[in-house]
This record gives sequence, C-alpha cells and structure tokens, in this order.
Amino acid sequence: MLRFIIRRVVIIVPMLFIVVTITWALVRLSPGNFYTGEKKLTPAVERNLREKYGLNQPWYTQYRKLLWNIARFDFGSSLKYEGQSVNQILWRGLPVSAALGITAYLIALIFGIAMGTFAALRQNSWIDYGSMALAMLGISIPNFVLGPLLVLLFSLTLFWFPPALWNGFASRSIVLPALTLSAIYIAYIARLTRSGMLEVLRSDYIRTARAKGLSERQVVMRHALRGGLLPVVSFSGPALAFLITGTVVVEKVFALPGLGNYFINACFNRDEPLIIGIVAFIAIAVLVFNLLVDISYAFIDPRIRY
Amino acid sequence: MNDQNGNLLSVKDLRVYFAAEDGTVKAVDGINFEVKRGETLGIVGESGSGKTVANLALMKLIPTPPGKIVSGSINFNGADILKLSPAELRDLRGKRIAMIFQDPMTSLNPFMRVSKQLMEVTRLHLGHSKAEARAHAIEMLEHVGIPDAADRMDSYPHEFSGGMRQRVMIAMALSCKPELLIADEPTTALDVTIQAQILELIKELKAETGTSVILITHDLGVVAGMTDHLIVMYAGKIFEQAPTKELFARPGNPYTRGLLRSVPDPTHDTETLYQIPGQPPDLARLPPGCPFAARCERAAEICTREFPPFVELTPSHRSLCHFANEVYAESSATS
Amino acid sequence: MDPNEPQNRINEPELHVGPEYAVAERDVSELVTGEIVTGSSLWRDAWRRLLRNKLAVFGMIVVVLIALSAIAGPAIIKQTTGFTYDSIPKDTTLLKSIPPFRGPNGEFSWKHPMGTDVAGRDILARVLSGGQISLMVALIATLVSLVIGVSYGAIAGYLGGRVDDLMMRMVDVLYSLPYVIIVIVLLALLPAKTPTAQLAQLFFALGAVSWLTMARIVRGQILSLKNQEFVLAARATGVSTPKIIFRHLVPNALGPVIVYATLTIPSVMLSEAFLSFLGLGVRPPRVSWGSLAAEGAQNLAVYPWQLIFPGVTMALMLFSLNFVGDGLRDALDPQMRRD
Repeated sequence: MLRFIIRRVVIIVPMLFIVVTITWALVRLSPGNFYTGEKKLTPAVERNLREKYGLNQPWYTQYRKLLWNIARFDFGSSLKYEGQSVNQILWRGLPVSAALGITAYLIALIFGIAMGTFAALRQNSWIDYGSMALAMLGISIPNFVLGPLLVLLFSLTLFWFPPALWNGFASRSIVLPALTLSAIYIAYIARLTRSGMLEVLRSDYIRTARAKGLSERQVVMRHALRGGLLPVVSFSGPALAFLITGTVVVEKVFALPGLGNYFINACFNRDEPLIIGIVAFIAIAVLVFNLLVDISYAFIDPRIRY
Repeated sequence: MNDQNGNLLSVKDLRVYFAAEDGTVKAVDGINFEVKRGETLGIVGESGSGKTVANLALMKLIPTPPGKIVSGSINFNGADILKLSPAELRDLRGKRIAMIFQDPMTSLNPFMRVSKQLMEVTRLHLGHSKAEARAHAIEMLEHVGIPDAADRMDSYPHEFSGGMRQRVMIAMALSCKPELLIADEPTTALDVTIQAQILELIKELKAETGTSVILITHDLGVVAGMTDHLIVMYAGKIFEQAPTKELFARPGNPYTRGLLRSVPDPTHDTETLYQIPGQPPDLARLPPGCPFAARCERAAEICTREFPPFVELTPSHRSLCHFANEVYAESSATS
Repeated sequence: MDPNEPQNRINEPELHVGPEYAVAERDVSELVTGEIVTGSSLWRDAWRRLLRNKLAVFGMIVVVLIALSAIAGPAIIKQTTGFTYDSIPKDTTLLKSIPPFRGPNGEFSWKHPMGTDVAGRDILARVLSGGQISLMVALIATLVSLVIGVSYGAIAGYLGGRVDDLMMRMVDVLYSLPYVIIVIVLLALLPAKTPTAQLAQLFFALGAVSWLTMARIVRGQILSLKNQEFVLAARATGVSTPKIIFRHLVPNALGPVIVYATLTIPSVMLSEAFLSFLGLGVRPPRVSWGSLAAEGAQNLAVYPWQLIFPGVTMALMLFSLNFVGDGLRDALDPQMRRD
C-alpha cells in the first residue's frame, strides 16, 4: 500500500508540469495582453511594462523561470490586482470555496445516502418513485437556474436568506449557495446508493444474514450498508473535479469572493500568474483528493490490495 | 417436541409460485414430505426442479414481490411456520433451523471479519457477551476442523480457501445447536477432494448433535452414503420418495432410473455416457400430462394426456407415474 | 465524473426485494428455462422493453416535441408574427421587458406568451432559437466525442498489450486533470472570430471533455469480444486489422455505446449551458438556453420570466433525455455485458 501511495504522490509532479505547461501555452498563444484596456498605451509605457514583467525576454527563458518559481511555490503577483501576490489571493479565496464545496458535498452525502437507502428498502413504493423523480429533477435543473430560483423564493420573497452576500462559513449566507451546489450531487448519490443497495440486498450474504435471524434493520445497517455505499465512494473522486466547476458557477451567481470567481475574472483579464496559480492549485487538489478516495476504498473493501 | 407422528418437520401441499413476465412460474407445485428427528433427508433434482425454492420456503426466505407461498403448511415442532409472526420467525432462523448455502464465497459477508459473523449468531440468539461469543466461536471453528482458529478467525472470508469457508459456514450454522440443518448443495462449488471432507464433517456433526439434516443436491453420488430418505423432484413436483437404499436398489420411476443411469459406473465398460435426453420444461408453460413425458423413454399416449397418479409401491415408497408398478417390478427383477 | 459509466460493482437490479425476505437471483432464474434468442431479435426485444417503460416513453415524447418546436418553431414564428431571436421592435415604447401574455401597458395580449426581454425581443422566439443552438451543439459535440472515443477505445482494446496499456494510461492522466478548467481557459483566451468558428470551437471543446469515458467503455467491450470465435474466423480469412476493428467488433459493442451516447447528450448540453452562462460558450448575437439563463439571472428580481422560461424548458429537456437514457440502459441491460 505504501508503494502505491508513493507512486501516486510522485506522479503529481509530472501531471502538474503538464497542466502548467498547457495553461501557460494557452495564455501565451492568446491574442491580447493583460494590460490592453480602454486606453491606448504609448510605446514607451508599453516597453516599460513589458520590461517590468519580464515579457521582453525570449519565451523559453520566461518558461524556465516560471517552472523554477513554481517549484518553489512562488506563483508571482497578480497582474490585475495590484500588489497582491497570487499566494495571497489563493489564501483569501480558498476558505470561501472550500467552505462552500465541503458543505455542499456533506449535504449531498447525508441527504443522498438517506434518500437512496430508503428508496432501495421500499422499492417500487411511492417513496422510491418520489425520491428518484426528485433525483432526476436535481440532475436536470442546471445550477445556474436553480440558484437564482432559490434566491427568488427564499431571499426575495420569503426573506429567509441573504441573496448575494458572504458573511463567512457559519452564517446563513452559505445556505443557498451550498444547497444550489449540492443539488446535482444529492441526485447522483441518491441514485448510486439506491442501485448499490439494491445490488447488495440481492446478494447471497444478505440472504445468509436473514437466514441467521437478524432483523431487517440489523441486516441493512450491519451488512448491506458497507458494500452498498462503495459506488458512492468511487463516485466521490471524479465528483470533486466537477464540484470545482460547479463552484465557479455558483460563486458567480451568488457573487461570492471565492477561487472560482477569481479564476473566471483572471481568465477574462488575461491575468497569467493568477490563472496559472489557480489552475495549478486545482490540479494538485484534484489529484490529492482522488488519491485519498482510492486509499479509503482500500479501507472499506478488505479485498482490495494495492 | 414432535408432532403426533414423531416428525420434526412436516410439509403439506406446499406451493410456491413466481410472477414472471410471461406467466406464472410454478416453482413448487404441491409437495409433501416429512423429516423425523435425527434423520437425514436428501432432495435430489436437476436445476429448475424446485428443490432450492422449496427449502428457502421452509424459512420463508422467498422474495415476495415476484414469489408467493400460495398454499400449504410447514409444520415445525407442532407450529406452522407460515403462520408465525416476523419476530417468531426471526427467533426460529439461525437458532432452531439453520441453512448453509452453495457458494461459501458469496454467502459470507466479504466486508466483515469471520469472527464477527460467527459471534453475531450467538450474541443474537443465546445472549452471549462478546467474550462468551468469541470463546464459543473458537470452539465451533476448531470443531469443524479449522486449524489455529483463535488466530485466524479475525481474517476476512477471502483469506480462507473454499473448503475452509464452507467449514466456517457450517460452524456458523451449528453455533446455536439447531434442530434442523438445511444444506443447499453444500459441496457443489468445491473441489472433489474437499467435497468428501465436508460431507464427512456434516455426517460427524450430525451424529454428535442429533440434528436433522435436509441435504439438497443434484448429485446422486453425494446422497448415497449420507441420507436415510430420498426425495426426487422434477418440475416442482415430487416424482419419487423412498428410503435411500430402496430407491437406489429398486427405483419406481423412469426419471429416477434415468438419473441413476447417468451416474458413471467405473466398473462397467460403456462406450457412451448416458444422459437423459432433452431439457427441463418451461415452468410457466407446463403441458397437461406428465411433465417428464417429453423426455421419458417409457412415455405412452396416456402420459401426455393425463397427469400421473402418486402410486404407493410400499408404505414408505411412492412414485409419480402411470407405470410406477411396472417400473418397480422391473427394477426389483434386476436388483 | 461519470455516474453513468458502468462500474464493475454496480448493475441495475432486476429482481425486487421485499423487506422481510431475500433470495439470490440464481435461485429464481434457475426456474424459468427457455431458449436464449440471439441475433436480430435482440434489438426488437430491447425496443419492446423500452416501450414498456412508461417514463422512457414519456421522455421520448417530450424530447421529440421540444426538438420539433426548436427546429421548426423559429421559422413558423417568423412567418406568423415576424419575431426572431434578434428582432428589436421599432416602436420605442416597446423597448422594455414585458411580462408573459401582456401588452406594453399591462393589458392582456397574445403577442408574447413568454414576455419580452429588456430590448423588447420576444422571449418565445429566443427560447426556440436557443433550443436550436443548444440541441445542435449537444448533438454534434456528442458525435465528436463518440467518434474520438469509439475509435480510441476500439483501437486500444483490439491491439491490447503495451499499446493498450499506454493508451489507457493517457486516458487516466487526462481523466484526473481538471479538464473543464483548462477548457474554460481555452475558451476564454482563444475566442474564435466568426460565429461559425465559435461554434466549431465549442463542439470540439465539449466533445474533447466527454470522449474519455466512452473510450473506456468501448475498450472494455472490445476486450471481452476480442477473443470470440467470429473474430478468429475473420482473422483466419485474412481480413485486415482496421476492418476487423470497425466492421466486426464495433457493431457488436454497440449496446453500451448507444446508452452512453444517449446519456452524454444531456451532459454536454449542460456543459454548453454553463459555459454560455459564464460567457464562454455561445455569444451574442446568437442565443442558447445557457446564455438566455445568464441574461435572465441578472434581472431576476424584476423580470423573473426571463430566467424561468429558458430555465424550465432546458430542465424539461434534460429531464426527458435522462429518462430516455435510463430507459435505454434498462432495456439493453440483460444483453449488455458489464465488465
């Protein structure tokens, strides 16, 4: 197992390298510059700018410098947000996005697993059909439609929650964004749990458990749940990657000062260091999280041997 | 406690039907049998004969949406299992009637340690504490012949070999000293050499504890040395029932005869191996006459038209056939 | 993420299990013996089973209805009322957002069943035109992903060995990258000049994201089919490798491919929508459901119908497509070999 972990950790480096290179290439290949704005700059000013940011050096030199800096976790300073280093911005935006993402996924796990389990236990009842219909809705309503709708209902009509504000993790302002983000995951997790549980409940060892005289509750809680939730665990890895893109949309809808919002703005501003910084960070996060999920898989299923 | 006839288990007119896409599958269609205390009953049949369904029905382990126990009574120790409340049923299962299944790999929970699976039974039914349950489990494992039981019991099922796993299942089933053990093809998934060991084990344990056993199999070789009585099932019905020796020596039914002929006899030099021709019938669309008529070498016109009678050849030997007496006479002549 | 990807440990269940009882599928399937029919009736059986699934049928009807409206709608509306997705009224009093079924002064009117946006454009026309674009992008992007995925997976599966290893490693690498993020960067930084180029860029960007799982599925199928007799026969008669791959193996792997393709369409539609929502997908003057939702979201408090109509239409379409996809999967399931 240790070798497996080491191998996976080591592989992060080349992956990061690929990601950073592609991103950097895209930024460099794109027309326009970060400093092109409303005003037209005089050649002298432009030359100074280019020199200040090292843009007048040959591209391979700049590339080499970039890699060197990144190896030391120095992503440079934002081109658009004067005087702020990328690391500072990352530090500021991360808690917001992390709080949003984690809360959303926890909600999704709790409600999704509960719904899916009840649906499986009462197959073909109205609980089953109802939950699955609800799940289908969750998959079909895009988060950028759901978000505003929730705002319309709960903020502007019922005044329960603030519409577009961020008061920190512990405040009410996290509720609507987290719910919006979680919707599609509640749906997928509910469906996966249901099919996973149904599959497990058909298996021979569940039959043995019943033949031993265990009550239905004991059979489900002690025997069925662990195997039935495996699909949810394997889903969690790739789910994170998409959670990130979901965060981008939700942060835009609710105007939250998280990494997603910074990222989109950086893209439109051609803020190269910030773009590369955020993308690199996301890549590492995704890889690490996938590794954690795979490791936990081994703990849940004793048959797995890395 | 037995009922009036000294029977531990008495099944009367059991019918289990399944609702399938294209009709009703009559998996078990009116069977009657008894098991006496301390006796071993063998139930023999091909796949699809209904033998497994019948035995699952004994503990009401049939899934009710597609399946239904349509009629019948299952009398265990004087009480009808089909009329028990869920709580009473749970009390019965694992404690007084136990079942072991065909494939020990899939029948044991792969995510749970063997020790926990064993301890679960006695803690539930006998009220053992953790320590008591653990000691008891070790005892059972050693009893079924698993070396180093105390060390190995905390492993997971996949860390045991097939034969070992089946021993674990047997240990689990016998933990609470049940009055009846139902063994559904316990050796089919195992190697031939292991098969013999497992059967021996069951025999020994039975001798020790006096448990009654129902042994289900498609393999006549297995039942020969193990059982007191035999039932032959086909298409959801009992085609013949008799004491084992009698059935082997003087079969009264063409189907049984066919089964016996299919067992290769190393002492006789034959060119081809015998196989009963044809396939078992579609249980959703049974023909009006005898279900075996299409494959029977003795089939006559009456067989396709009329359902055969259950003929009593001797008080303990019955056969479902129009020509039961003739077949019986022929067998007696040659034996 | 692909919850639709067949995972080794999950199968859609076929038996019902009640609360008190349990049995293994084997015990019951033992009972119903009969002949296994192969060949052309495989598809007919699947079709029949699909038709029995009421939700899938409902889904198919809705999909067809919406698709037809999107295809023919804009032209019909243009003929009858003169509205297009782009038409700004000449009358300056109409340059405001009117609620559904109302006229400029609040009176009842049939003219704009979905109201108008702030520039006075009829929302119904915009929703239908947006549907055209959304559907077209979804279909073509799915096609792109299909072509890439099937070819890649088939080649990897058939060639096997180290080539397969290498190819699948690349897929794994790509799978664990924040792919969509890079696509966002791409679309933000390299906008195509002409509207058609924009669309083409979108097709490829979206197709490029979803081919990975398709490749995996196809490879799995090919691997299990590869060693069957008909392949050996073809090889023995000297059929060339590409022919074997594409003429013999691929048609037999079609089942899961069809299911996954049907489930990719709504997923791609959703991706296009949120990209457009972020301003990266379909750009003005063209409209898609996503860009309409973006506009609508901005004016939500005052003119909620601007968001509700495109949003609900899109949700309905996705809803129905997912039902059809699920139904297809259930219908083809028994024949579908899952790893």
